Amino acid sequence: MGKVIVVTSGKGGVGKTTSTAALGAALARMGHNVVVVDFDVGLRNLDLVMGAERRVVFDLINVVQGVAKLPQALIRDKRLDTLYLLPASQTRDKDALTEEGIARVIFDLRSRFDWVICDSPAGIERGATLAMRFADEAVIVTNPEVSSVRDSDRIIGLLDSKTEKAERGERMAKHLLISRFDPGRAARGEMLNIQDVLEILSIPLLGVIPESEEVLRASNLGAPITICGQQSAPAHAYMDAARRLAGEEIEMLIPTEKVGFFTKIFGRRAA
Amino acid sequence: MKLFRFLKPISSAPVARERLQILLEYERRMVSQSSLIATLKDEILAVVSRHVSIDPEKIHVSVDRGNGFSTLAVGVQIPNQVASEGGVLQAGVAGQS
Ligand SMILES: Nc1ncnc2c1ncn2[C@@H]1O[C@H](COP(=O)(O)OP(=O)(O)OP(=O)(O)O)[C@@H](O)[C@H]1O
Ligand SMILES: [Mg+2]
Repeated sequence: MGKVIVVTSGKGGVGKTTSTAALGAALARMGHNVVVVDFDVGLRNLDLVMGAERRVVFDLINVVQGVAKLPQALIRDKRLDTLYLLPASQTRDKDALTEEGIARVIFDLRSRFDWVICDSPAGIERGATLAMRFADEAVIVTNPEVSSVRDSDRIIGLLDSKTEKAERGERMAKHLLISRFDPGRAARGEMLNIQDVLEILSIPLLGVIPESEEVLRASNLGAPITICGQQSAPAHAYMDAARRLAGEEIEMLIPTEKVGFFTKIFGRRAA
Repeated sequence: MKLFRFLKPISSAPVARERLQILLEYERRMVSQSSLIATLKDEILAVVSRHVSIDPEKIHVSVDRGNGFSTLAVGVQIPNQVASEGGVLQAGVAGQS
C-alpha cells in the first residue's frame, strides 16, 4: 500500500505546486511509482508545471463521478515512466468532489502507487480540507515570512483535527519545507531565518529550497525542476528532501549567499 | 569602521519573530477554545434534546475571559409549551483559566 502525502500551506503562492511536481519527479527518479494529484479544482496548474496540459482528457471529478475509470484519467510522464499525473478539473463545480468519492479514488491510487502526492489548493476551506482528509503525512510549504508562517500554523491545527487520521486518534507526521529562501536577506536579518521558523512551528525540517530563477525556467519549460534543472541548487534541495521523505538520513544543507554553494549548519536533521 | 554602523538598517527579522510568537500563542488558544465551544454545544444539544425538542440554532455557548478565571455562559431557548415560565434556560459556570 502506498503512502498518501498532502502538500499544503494555507497561504497561496508559496510553492505547493512547484514542490509537488519536484518531489514527485524526484521520488520517481529514485525508482518509486508516483502519482501527483491536483486538488486545485478550477485553478489547476500542476498539469502546466508537469508539461502535460495538452494531454488532459479526463480529470479527478470525472473519476469521482464515475464518468471515467481511473486509468483513463492518469497521464504518464513523457520523461519518467514511473511518474503519473491525475489532473484537476478546470471548469466543473467544486462541490462535485464528495468526501466518499475522494475516499474511493485515494484508496484506488494507494493500491497502484508507492506515493500519492496531493497538491492542495490555498486557503482553509473545503478544497484544502478535502486534499488533506485522507493523507498519511503532510508536507507544509512555508516561506520565511510572517503571513506564511502564521498560515502554516493554522494548517497544522487543521491537520491535527480535520483529517481522518486525526479523527482516529492517530498522529499525522508533518514535514516542514521552507521554500523561496533567500540566504543573503536572511543573513542581513531582513528575512526570518531557518531556526526562527523551526522554533515557531516546531515540526521537523524536510528541506530548504532557495529562491532561484531556475524554478521559473523549469515551469516555463513545463518540467519539474528535478527533471530539467537537475544540477541547480533548488533541484539538489528537492532531491535531498525527497530522500528524507522516503526515510533516508541525509545531512541538512542550508543554502548560503553564494548560489550553488552550501554550508553545513546542521549535522543532522533538525528536530 | 564603527563610525558607519549607523548606516546599516536595523534588522527586521527579530521583530517579525517576536510578533509571530505572541500572535500564534494567542491564536492557538483561540482555536482550541472555539473547538471546546463547538463540542459543548453539540453535547448540550444532545442532552437537552432527549427531553425537549429544540432548535439547534437556539443554543448559545460563550466563554468570557476574565482576570484569573473565565466564565462559561450557556443559553438554551426552548418552546413555551414546555417551560412553564419564560422559556429560556440559563446557566453560568465560572472556572479557572
Ligand atoms: N524556489 C523558488 N524560487 C523562485 N520562484 C519560485 C520558487 N518556488 C516557487 N516559485 C514561483 O512562485 C510562484 C508560485 O509557486 P506555486 O504555483 O508552486 O505556488 P502554490 O503554493 O502552488 O500557489 P497556489 O496557492 O496559487 O496554488 C510560481 O511563479 C513559481 O514559479
Ligand atoms: Mg498551486
